[in-house]
Amino acid sequence: MDASPQKSTLSNSPRILAARDTKIVASDVNVYYGEKHAIKHLSIDIPDRAVSAFIGPSGCGKSTFLRSINRMNDTIDGCRVTGDILVDGKNIYDRDLDVVQLRARVGMVFQKPNPFPKSIFENVAYGPRIHGIAKSKTDLEEIVVGSLKKASLFEEVKDRLDHPGTGLSGGQQQRLCIARAIAVNPEIILMDEPCSALDPIASARIEELIDEIRQNYCIIIVTHSMQQAARVSQLTAFFHLGDLVEFGDTDDMFTTPQDKRTQDYITGRFG
Amino acid sequence: MTAWTLLIIAALTAIGFFVGQARAQGLRNAGAASLHSLPAYHGLLMASMALAAAGIATLAVALVAGSDSMIMPAAAALLGTGAIAASHRLITRDFRARNRFEHFVKLVLIACSGVAVLTTIGIVFSVLFETLAFFGEVSPIEFLFGTHWSPTSTPASFGLIPLLVGTLLITFIAVLVAGPLGLLSAIYMAEYSSKKMRGVLKPLLEILAGVPTVVLGFFAALTVAPLIRNTGEGFGLIVASESALAAGLVMGMMIVPLISSLSDDIINAVPQSLRDGSYAMGATKSETIKRVVLPAALPGIVSAFMLAISRAIGETMIVVMAAGLAANLSFNPLAAVTTITVQIATLLVGDQEFDSAKTLSAFALGFVLFCFTLVLNYIALRIVQRYREQYD
Ligand SMILES: Nc1ncnc2c1ncn2[C@@H]1O[C@H](COP(=O)(O)OP(=O)(O)OP(=O)(O)O)[C@@H](O)[C@H]1O
Ligand SMILES: [Mg+2]
Repeated sequence: MDASPQKSTLSNSPRILAARDTKIVASDVNVYYGEKHAIKHLSIDIPDRAVSAFIGPSGCGKSTFLRSINRMNDTIDGCRVTGDILVDGKNIYDRDLDVVQLRARVGMVFQKPNPFPKSIFENVAYGPRIHGIAKSKTDLEEIVVGSLKKASLFEEVKDRLDHPGTGLSGGQQQRLCIARAIAVNPEIILMDEPCSALDPIASARIEELIDEIRQNYCIIIVTHSMQQAARVSQLTAFFHLGDLVEFGDTDDMFTTPQDKRTQDYITGRFG
Repeated sequence: MTAWTLLIIAALTAIGFFVGQARAQGLRNAGAASLHSLPAYHGLLMASMALAAAGIATLAVALVAGSDSMIMPAAAALLGTGAIAASHRLITRDFRARNRFEHFVKLVLIACSGVAVLTTIGIVFSVLFETLAFFGEVSPIEFLFGTHWSPTSTPASFGLIPLLVGTLLITFIAVLVAGPLGLLSAIYMAEYSSKKMRGVLKPLLEILAGVPTVVLGFFAALTVAPLIRNTGEGFGLIVASESALAAGLVMGMMIVPLISSLSDDIINAVPQSLRDGSYAMGATKSETIKRVVLPAALPGIVSAFMLAISRAIGETMIVVMAAGLAANLSFNPLAAVTTITVQIATLLVGDQEFDSAKTLSAFALGFVLFCFTLVLNYIALRIVQRYREQYD
């Protein structure tokens, strides 16, 4: 285990942080896949009620860090996480924290839409059912309809809630997955390249959706599109080879990056 | 004569290849730079023409005049040479030899699958005709709804019901045993076991699948049946020495590997992204398996079960040895029952005249068995279609 105290180059605290509560505090986080050191001494404060974008070249550890926030790394053989990640001040790697309840609070949307082979209704009802959120049938219906509305999918599917979710288009499937995540009332939503399998129009709808719901959630989105990061996020973090190079207000980041590597990446000189 | 004929066919095929190739090569050398097909294809085409012509001639002569006839090699030689001569003239600059040859290959492939299909149809029809002959002697109503089966007594009676009940009873016991065992072990292997454990378990189960059924049969008759009998008698129950339970249990053991191995493959084929989606919702492992993985794998699992059931219904050796011959109409698993397959086997063992109702009844039983598996497979197919969902 590498426990040297050096921290990553955590840049100046973003302006925007001052105005909001911090939701996630990571300090000196290391992630290893067997021998491979995928995240190195990473520290970051992520605010509530805002969208933070993670950018960086392929293989730099964006997904890895994202997965350590809802402990999905636990499901990977040989993956090891050290350091602290606090959500609302509580360490999620504490022994007395149940990962099942953590994941109900931290929703996740994957790169490739992965609706369950169930009806549209059952897809959204999945989380409320397993967590016993709905008290009655009407309650459940309300939750499902509400989530679909928030994910701006309801109008398109309201006549065929009993049809299989896998029968929707790619963009609709991805919005269904967002609705599914929203249905358990998470506080944090992690999105790993949610638009990379979608066409520009479907992507634009997802971006709109993110913009609409960001007031109520702490959203982290991994993206390979600078434009997307600039459009949807208020904060941007730049990762490089397992290091967090720079984290700041999106506007500053894209106009006056502090680090040479950030500048090279966003101007397309490498990556 | 046959050897000579084969030799001639082989020689003509080889000659066809070289002649065709040489002729095309000659054209190319003579300046026809834009030959449509490569010379080798002209050779292959001519060879296949020679082979087909000589082969068909041989078959025709053999059918008409018998395979000892002197005409056979002569006809093969004549038609084979004729085919070479005829196709020799076809080879020109524009001749599309490659396309023709590929068409020929396609025809050969169609013929091969045709043989398999036609054979099956032939078997079905021969069974069907014998069955109809049987129904000339025994009325179908009596056969299908009769509750008494004794083909050797006078007068003989051919009531299917006791055999059907026996078959279903034993199959039911087998599935009752093998269903949970097979499915649960598949879930363990696919979802819970470590790679190493799975590497040991799966081959072991497959060895069990490889045990000859005759071995399982005497295991059932000599070990399991007495065990059940003794245990049952300890409880004051009346147990036949050849009970349906013994046969069903062992038959269940036979189909456990079938179910577990197929289901394991099917569960493994469920994409990891679905599991991830479920875990990310905060579902536990067992919730994920119950609510996502198994429903996604359901069509495949159902068809694995159907396959196992058809296997069990058609299984003969175990029941011949362990289930007994007495055609009792009984739902009691501790009683001796008999099955359709057992009766077919006993009816056709030994000297037979092929026109007695007794022998013909075996065909009728075979036909019933065939219909049974057909219906099962059809149901399995429908279920699979109904539940089929694309994963991605
Ligand atoms: N399951 C795994 N086992 C071993 N190594 C892994 C695993 N997942 C990721 N890695 C390694 O960890 C590093 C970071 O991977 P990660 O997937 O987090 O990158 P990323 O920034 O998300 O890349 P991309 O933009 O291509 O998605 C890579 O070098 C990768 O090879
Ligand atoms: Mg990634």
